[in-house]
Amino acid sequence: MPEFGRHPQLNRNGELHHLLSIEGLPRPILERILSTADSFINIAEREVKSVPLLRGRSVFNLFFENSTRTRTTFEIAARRLSADVFNLDITRSSTAKGESLLDTINNLTAMQADMFVVRHASSGAPYLIARHVAPQVHVINAGDGRHAHPTQGLLDMYTIRHYKRDFSQLTVAIVGDILHSRVARSAIHALTTLGVPEVRAVGPLTLLPSGLEQLGVRVFTRFEDGIRGADVIIMLRLQNERMKGSLLPSAQEYFRNYGLTPEKLQLARAGAIVMHPGPMNRGVEIDSHVADGTQSVILPQVTFGIAVRMAVLALVSSSQRMH
Amino acid sequence: MKVALRNGRVVDPASKFDGRADVFLDDGRIAAIGTAPHGFVADHTLDASGLIVAPGMVDLCARMREPGTDGALKVESHAALAGGITGVVCPPDTDPPLDEPGLVRMLRQRSREAAGARLYPLGAMTAGLGGEALAEMETLSEVGCVAFAQTGALPHDNSVLLQAMRYARTFDLPIWLRPVETTLAGRGVAASGAVAGRLGLASVPDVAETVALHTVFELQRSTGARVHLCRLSSSAGVELVRRAKREGLPVTCDVGIHHVHLIDVDIGYFDSNFRLDPPLRSTRDRDAIRAGLADGTIDAICSDHTPVDADDKLLPFDEATPGATALETLLPLVLKWATEDKVALLDALGKVTNMPGQILREPTGRLAIGAKADIFLFDPAAPWRPEASALVSYGKNTPFSPYELIGRTRYTLVGGDLRFARK
Repeated sequence: MPEFGRHPQLNRNGELHHLLSIEGLPRPILERILSTADSFINIAEREVKSVPLLRGRSVFNLFFENSTRTRTTFEIAARRLSADVFNLDITRSSTAKGESLLDTINNLTAMQADMFVVRHASSGAPYLIARHVAPQVHVINAGDGRHAHPTQGLLDMYTIRHYKRDFSQLTVAIVGDILHSRVARSAIHALTTLGVPEVRAVGPLTLLPSGLEQLGVRVFTRFEDGIRGADVIIMLRLQNERMKGSLLPSAQEYFRNYGLTPEKLQLARAGAIVMHPGPMNRGVEIDSHVADGTQSVILPQVTFGIAVRMAVLALVSSSQRMH
Repeated sequence: MKVALRNGRVVDPASKFDGRADVFLDDGRIAAIGTAPHGFVADHTLDASGLIVAPGMVDLCARMREPGTDGALKVESHAALAGGITGVVCPPDTDPPLDEPGLVRMLRQRSREAAGARLYPLGAMTAGLGGEALAEMETLSEVGCVAFAQTGALPHDNSVLLQAMRYARTFDLPIWLRPVETTLAGRGVAASGAVAGRLGLASVPDVAETVALHTVFELQRSTGARVHLCRLSSSAGVELVRRAKREGLPVTCDVGIHHVHLIDVDIGYFDSNFRLDPPLRSTRDRDAIRAGLADGTIDAICSDHTPVDADDKLLPFDEATPGATALETLLPLVLKWATEDKVALLDALGKVTNMPGQILREPTGRLAIGAKADIFLFDPAAPWRPEASALVSYGKNTPFSPYELIGRTRYTLVGGDLRFARK
């Protein structure tokens, strides 16, 4: 009975041992990650951009799905903590060669890995890994299928807190392909956990999963209604493969209905911030004037992302054994 | 050979008999229930004190992994006996598929040699289950196929289904179908709803089931073919079957035992033991399935036994092979349902004995004088845990492995032959 009565992420002392999803994490843990990130934010501006917190520890970036950007930010974060970083690009073809996911993990554990940062195309894959690693090894989810991208969710929260201070008065709109978006799911769980009173999901019915309301969000199909009065707008990336086919007729029609233009941004509350997990499709989900405009905080998100990932790596590595 | 089963509680759903009685077997058949026939001297006596004596269960869907894995049939048909199942319908989605008479003959020969549960093979409805050309249904029925199935989903091409039903109707052969419209089911691995949405799993909407049912019923109206629907899963689907039966269409249906108990929430954190086909649905769907069992809309419960190698479950949820081992847990899970819903034992066992027998039109699943003595005896109060070491089947993965189950088979007889006895 692998998971009967055991928390998948927290150890017996309630410490964060793995970061798999924001769902199910108590608010104080999220707040602790954000405040820990505060202490790392200035390191980048120092002459020596590292601290020795993870000296001698081995962090393996295990990317079963390509993502240069996320992998690089994890790598920078781990190096700034003085960890030894190993990047393994394991495409699906190598698992097809016969080695199973768990075989790969066991082999790397035998090489004294302390931490795995995992990106995988299947929702839930990091849970499987976390259940089977040795009790002193940590697993961090760097994006699994459509399910979760918790460090992205946390850096989004860090960004919102940086610009808006107080979560308890905010209206946050998440716009676009919610159905296929792990970024959206992690943001929703983080926002509801941190007490944001109104979280909105905005998109056409083909891109909204059923049962979405049960996550604690208000669902809007009309873009204008969804962003009206919002303090924060999180625009999601529309994957190329969704732009033509049975979910959407064309990128042009999508932009006409759901693209964020300067005119539409007027509907949001004055001083609203615009976020995007990147990489952006300019002219598809977001107009360049907005992406590069004064209300855009898209580049600071990237900077904050490194500090937040440092905080996560530092916190999980300080936890006691899993069981 | 004369056998006496003494001091047991006899439960026979077909005759509605439930009471203390001795059962006497002679030459593989049931000779008497109650009083011994004149001059009966038992060669062998089983003490059934504290046990229930019931007709052997007839499982409408269990994968025996043969052809495909040599030797599997023997293991799985003995797992069936250990579960109290004396008759097993095996679907044709084997490797290669059961679409030609030689394969069916070979399988039946191996089944006889295995001396386990009786085997009722389903033939493929289309060659190679490809959904394009018809299989030799009439010839296959001659060599022992009880019905013809397209497993997994309806064929892609409705005209093939229409012609298959017409052709089957010509020879009065039954067609068994999974009500799944394949383009709507897509590559979903969980039922549409809040759980799939939250976990980010590709989902199967219930219209995949209802559209398929509408198609099947419409083609039945056109052809008059007899259809058995395999493993209904949705509330809307149960209601459509209810209406079709009221209309008088020649249709029967079953549900898998896991869907009587489990819902999508049970998937928890991507537990691949709960990756089943059809996927688990909501509480509302499970309640509708139970209501359908109660009012007779759903005729029978099957195990939907699918032995899966442990390695094929140690994968991310969407990559894991769907299915669970279930031959040996069918009895306690039927009893659990009966207890929870206050269903009389006669009615509960009916769903796994005489009702499947009637669907097959085979003289099995009942304790009639003169009938073949396919019987099992079980302890209705015995607790056990379905851990790997407790199971005969190759398949060790079950959603119920952490749970204690109540009710366990003690003896199983096939044609009066004691083929299983638990130490």
